[in-house]
Amino acid sequence: MIKKAEEIFFRILMIISTVAIAAALLLIIFSILYNGLPALSWEMISQIPKGGFYFGKEGGILNAIIGSLYLSVCSTLIALLIGLPVAMYMNVFMIKHRNTLNSVRFILDILWGIPSIVYGAFGFVIMIYFGLKTSLLAGIITVSLFIIPIMVRSMDEVLKTVPSGLLESSLSLGSTKTEISFKIFLRQCIPGIVTAVLLSFGRAIGDAASVLFTTGYTDSIPESLSDPAATLPLAIFFQLSSPVEEVRQRAFASAAVLTFVILLISIAARILSARYNRNKIKF
Amino acid sequence: MTTIITPKIKISELNLSIDKQEILKNINVEIPENKITVLLGPSGCGKTTLLKTLNRLTDLYDNVKISGSVILDNEDILHTKSDITKIRQKMGLLSQRPYPLPMSIYGNISYGLKIKGVKKKKILDERVEHYLKEVNLWEEVRERLHHPASALSIGQQQRLCLARGLAVGPEIILADEPTSALDPLSSQAIEEMFLILKKNYTLVLVTHILRQAKRIADYVVFMYLGEVVEQGPAEEFFSSPKMERTKAYLKGAFN
Repeated sequence: MIKKAEEIFFRILMIISTVAIAAALLLIIFSILYNGLPALSWEMISQIPKGGFYFGKEGGILNAIIGSLYLSVCSTLIALLIGLPVAMYMNVFMIKHRNTLNSVRFILDILWGIPSIVYGAFGFVIMIYFGLKTSLLAGIITVSLFIIPIMVRSMDEVLKTVPSGLLESSLSLGSTKTEISFKIFLRQCIPGIVTAVLLSFGRAIGDAASVLFTTGYTDSIPESLSDPAATLPLAIFFQLSSPVEEVRQRAFASAAVLTFVILLISIAARILSARYNRNKIKF
Repeated sequence: MTTIITPKIKISELNLSIDKQEILKNINVEIPENKITVLLGPSGCGKTTLLKTLNRLTDLYDNVKISGSVILDNEDILHTKSDITKIRQKMGLLSQRPYPLPMSIYGNISYGLKIKGVKKKKILDERVEHYLKEVNLWEEVRERLHHPASALSIGQQQRLCLARGLAVGPEIILADEPTSALDPLSSQAIEEMFLILKKNYTLVLVTHILRQAKRIADYVVFMYLGEVVEQGPAEEFFSSPKMERTKAYLKGAFN
């Protein structure tokens, strides 16, 4: 009898939690769309701000859309180029050095936990040291630093699930560890690696604090790496703090655009990874 | 018996410890060429570790200490400076359960050929067919060579792994309880294949199944707690064991 009551209690608890999470997501999307849709227009996403944009006059947020895409795509690529080899090295080459491996994981976890504003401040110090101005380049470097630990640890968690038997079998075929990394482990873990990249991309495009000092903000579209650039999170921030009702509405529209970009990239990546998923071995 | 058995692998004074715990103690074994050598013994006696020492998978262990020598083709595997991947290609491994590569059936077999430098599609096709036929899998998969290997049954996967190993062109086949995850029919298929393969390959089989050892062994190495208790030709070993512990094991006193 008590067993049964316990069963029912936890079942209800789980249902409530699941519904709460789903409701929170729907509520966020609803409130963004409810407040933002009236302001969302073609003009909004196809033009850069004109004079008086922040007082409710004409213009759009194309500068922030382009700036955000430049910034997040470039920094995700850099993080991938550094992060994937690191994660592979940890799981194929370093596998016998358990203690070292655990320390590396611990350090990466600490780096993951550092707030992005600290990375922003760090990036700012580096910029001053090298005499860089607020620019796309400084932002890309800072955001890369900030998402590399996220990317490495997420990939690492996926690569860790590859059974040691597959590594042993592959070694027995006479493969080198590099071949194992990029011909076998990569194939086996493609869906998880795509998820890791997406997670990092989401953090890169959605972060405001790390780009505040480093990328700056501007009303024009950056033409080179040394130009400052606008980003969507900061566009939302500046518009939301405006006293003008119309401008605040545009902040929600910008949030909708940001969410939509992330959604679009997620779906594209899922479709891509599903194509490679069919060969995955379930152990 | 007058036939002189040429040893393919000569293991001398092999000691292995992990974290100061002794796993293998003073192992001296000669593995005869073109025979099935069975490493027999209860679980935890070190037979799998001994097998893995043969192709240096022990490199993956932390804090491992090895002394002694394992001689294959006049080369001490344990202390060689030559490329370990080349040595591993001389030995195919069949593990307790199949670990197919995350590729198609075709990809699994051609993988080993490709890393050895075979590029021509015609040769690859031919070799893939040859090795799949060698393990009696060809008829079952010829229509779906480009389907993922994971779609095969466990028994088929194990035969695929055997074919994949053969495709690399080994001289020795190491098998670590290769039938323990399989159903009786698939196990029988693997055993029958071993009996055919011994014409061209030297086989080392780890097992704790006494009946399996009796069915296919030519030479038996009986291990207990990290030591070799007794070794000899299978007939002699099963009909007139010399050591008390062997007699007890054969009677089923412990497993």
